Amino acid sequence: MEKIEKEMRSIWYFIGWLFIIMGGLITISGIYHLVSPAEVKTVLYEMHPNIWWGGLILIVGIVFLITHRTNIVKKQSD
Amino acid sequence: MHAIGLTFVDWLIIIIYFVFVLGIGFYLKKYTKNEEDFFLAGRKNSSWVAGLAFLSANLGALELLGMTGNTFKYGMYVAHFYWIGAIPAMLFLAIYMMPFYYSSKIKSVPGYLKLRFDEKTRVLNAISFGVMTVLVSGINLYAMALVLHTFLGWNWDASMWASAATVAVYVTLSGLMSAIFTEIIQFFLIWFGLFLVTVLGIVEIGSLQEIFSRIPEAYSKLWSTSADPTQNGMLVTWGGIVLGLGFVLSFGYWTTDFLVVQRAFSAKDLRSARMTPIIASFFKMAMPFIVIIGGLIALVLSNDPNSGFHLLQDGSKINYDSALPMLIRRYYPSGLMGLGITALLAGFMAGQAGNISAFNTVWTYDIYQSVINRKASPEHLLWMGRVATIAGILISIVTAYWAKSMPTIMDYMQAIFSWVNAPLFATMLLGMFVKWITPNGAFWGLLAGMGSSFTLFLAVKFDWISKSLITMSDVASDMATNFWRAWWAWLICFIVTIVISFFTRKKPDQELVGLVKGLTEESVGKPVPLKRKPEFWGAISLVILIVLNIYFW
Repeated sequence: MEKIEKEMRSIWYFIGWLFIIMGGLITISGIYHLVSPAEVKTVLYEMHPNIWWGGLILIVGIVFLITHRTNIVKKQSD
Repeated sequence: MHAIGLTFVDWLIIIIYFVFVLGIGFYLKKYTKNEEDFFLAGRKNSSWVAGLAFLSANLGALELLGMTGNTFKYGMYVAHFYWIGAIPAMLFLAIYMMPFYYSSKIKSVPGYLKLRFDEKTRVLNAISFGVMTVLVSGINLYAMALVLHTFLGWNWDASMWASAATVAVYVTLSGLMSAIFTEIIQFFLIWFGLFLVTVLGIVEIGSLQEIFSRIPEAYSKLWSTSADPTQNGMLVTWGGIVLGLGFVLSFGYWTTDFLVVQRAFSAKDLRSARMTPIIASFFKMAMPFIVIIGGLIALVLSNDPNSGFHLLQDGSKINYDSALPMLIRRYYPSGLMGLGITALLAGFMAGQAGNISAFNTVWTYDIYQSVINRKASPEHLLWMGRVATIAGILISIVTAYWAKSMPTIMDYMQAIFSWVNAPLFATMLLGMFVKWITPNGAFWGLLAGMGSSFTLFLAVKFDWISKSLITMSDVASDMATNFWRAWWAWLICFIVTIVISFFTRKKPDQELVGLVKGLTEESVGKPVPLKRKPEFWGAISLVILIVLNIYFW
């Protein structure tokens, strides 16, 4: 029987999307709190970790997505 | 305690995670056409995918909470679980054992026992592994519901059923591949979601050196206080660490537990399968930068009356597992809180998916096909794998309710690994490296090892014998007792297997080709550059391990 190649997206592509969404949400939330500070503040709140940590996650997500947007896992089946 | 409050953004991040893993399950279903796809993820994974899944299968949330809490309780000695208690075994698996596992094209660890020894040894191991796996899965489920209820105030039943149903859906749809996908997502979520605790803790206290300077020496050293058990937090000697944890428990778990080894079986070729544990070893060595440093930060803060930080208490008993959630609550503002909680949720769910995907494979091949229906077609086995997934989840839920009604069951679960894995390592070691070990020697040795471990556990628990008889020390923590019990179980299995092998019939050499060292052609293959050789990366991993141990000596 002739083999047909199926194309499956790699896991890194999906991780890219997940971290773009999550990192984006955390960063936006941090920027919002910069403008409108929370009533109950966590320790080191003034460092605004959600902005830079969320930004880092966002960047990692973008890198994963760009580098793996055309990456596929080939699988052979009958 | 007031439950940790979540904002709209936190909830959104948690919901996105649930939708995402369910979506992955549905996406992968169309690529899950046959039993190899379902049980072995099609054997097409790269060493990076298999390696991160290999590590993540072991990296449950229960471990993260427990190890951070244990660091608070025992100090730096907990790092032994990540370094000497893991790395040598992972490298041994990669360099010496993987060629036998992978090249024999087996689908499970009990499958190797069938080829090397006989059916009864396979079924004995399959049944004990199956029971252990669903029980651990159920305990995980119970622990998750307990954590969510304690820290977030979530409804116990709703959080348990929602996560169990999610795992059931995506594992039933696409088997090991979806389990591996979610394990890799979990790996990144844990680093992004929890490493920030360490970063912010170091910023608050001042520096890493400042953290170490504020804790007693018994809690800050790795080896220099191990000659005398009263001088370290874990009340253990170096002998207990090296023999019990570093040798038996570690090798027993990392080289024979199908939950982790299954990830290496999913690799696309032998080189990738050998690289799987080696890649995992680098990240395993890095985990103390979350759990150990996190635990030490909690210890420093709780010793400082001005910090306002303290662990939860259940009556007069300190809840050590609350260390990590309390640090998350201390440092994480809105958004990051959702990420931290999602990281813990992902750890729980991926851990459960890992157990269930290992269980459905062992049940289907090593119990159902081996004992109940030998003529099952590949299509029927695929169907059975899906049924076993749902059945495994249901048994886990029943176990979780059982644990809820009888919390002392948790004490027994702590010891379960040394019942099953410690003696199995002796069987595997002898099986792979000594050709005259017989099927009957392996079976009775394994049975004796498991029985002795269980008996020793009961004997110590109910004071039938003094703990010092097995720990060879007047003082020993429960952890130290676990190490020593594992050592004795291994030794009994090792000796009984050898003695019985002297008197029973061995398998002909031609049946052992490819399964035992000495009867297996060493594959030379085409020459590859040094940087593509597993041995090269294994050596680098070993050097880093040595440097870390000397630095924190």
